[in-house]
Amino acid sequence: MDLAHLAAGIGAGLTVIGGGLGIGKLASSAMEATGRQPEATGAIRTSMIIAAALIEGISFFGLVICILLALKA
Amino acid sequence: MTGIAVLDTLKVVTDTLSHTAAKSGDSGWIMHHVMDGKTIDFAPFGEFHVPQLPIIFGIDITPTKHVFFMWLAAIILIAVMTFVARSYKKSLIPKKFANFFEIIIVFVRDEIAKPTIGNSYEKFTPYLLSVFFFILFGNFLGLLPYSSTFTSNIGITATLAVFTFVMTQFGGIRQNGFFHYWKGLIPHGIPVWLLPLMIPVEFLGLLTKPFALAIRLFANMLAGHTVILALIGLIFFMKTIFVAPVSVGFALFIYLLEILVALVQAYVFTMLSSLFIGMAVHQDH
Repeated sequence: MDLAHLAAGIGAGLTVIGGGLGIGKLASSAMEATGRQPEATGAIRTSMIIAAALIEGISFFGLVICILLALKA
Repeated sequence: MTGIAVLDTLKVVTDTLSHTAAKSGDSGWIMHHVMDGKTIDFAPFGEFHVPQLPIIFGIDITPTKHVFFMWLAAIILIAVMTFVARSYKKSLIPKKFANFFEIIIVFVRDEIAKPTIGNSYEKFTPYLLSVFFFILFGNFLGLLPYSSTFTSNIGITATLAVFTFVMTQFGGIRQNGFFHYWKGLIPHGIPVWLLPLMIPVEFLGLLTKPFALAIRLFANMLAGHTVILALIGLIFFMKTIFVAPVSVGFALFIYLLEILVALVQAYVFTMLSSLFIGMAVHQDH
């Protein structure tokens, strides 16, 4: 147990905060759009999943770095 | 008799796990289960050592655990798809099993390939279907007991991403012509003095897409299994049986979530591949 483990833990937490905020904002906007325009539900869901996957990909970059830090130490 | 046998088996499992957990640090046994290895584990009944092959040109070509399960998934995939294809020779109206697969195939064609690639989507549908079903079968195979998720291996996901990259470049070059394709990567109407900045940026953007595809699938499949094992490991970490109901309940919840993730990740990989191919084929918008 040393600083690398601490850094990995803090980094993972920060990454999850960022990813959660991003996907939460995205989902709230998508829900609102679906409520305003129910006939466009399919198109909104598709673009929501694509954007969610991109946000998720970014946060996974951070998480992989955290795993590498934790395994290295 | 069987009750005692089950109890004995349970004792062997707990002993093995707590022994491994005590011996190899905090997370060694989790890594052993998730990572690639040369043995296929059937704990507590022992393990199967893969026969070693000679090293050729300094490369170890021995099939590992993930390679074994990748071949298994490929064999199942070929068997299932041959069966589905054969059933159309009898009648064009699919029966129960083939009907189920027709729904998924039509979904990939009409909801993924057609809207993102537009016209000339027929050329890319076979590749998208192959990659979708390969990832789907791999993800679901990893959820079975005693098996291993080969899609949580960075080498395999990177290879799939390279396939998508090659399909994207060849599709774009074939549609637009070699020079026109590379010229079309730079947005129209930007000043000439910005070109030294834009060319490296666009080139990096070209390589980031498959990299993100590989990391996304790898990390998603790795994360779920690690969380399940960590929740089970809490029982041995706290050394009390009263954590077990909570641990097992949460592990079951994560497992059900993994079924959703297995579907969504296959969809997302195919969807993004299709989107990148569509962007390369139709550069003007």
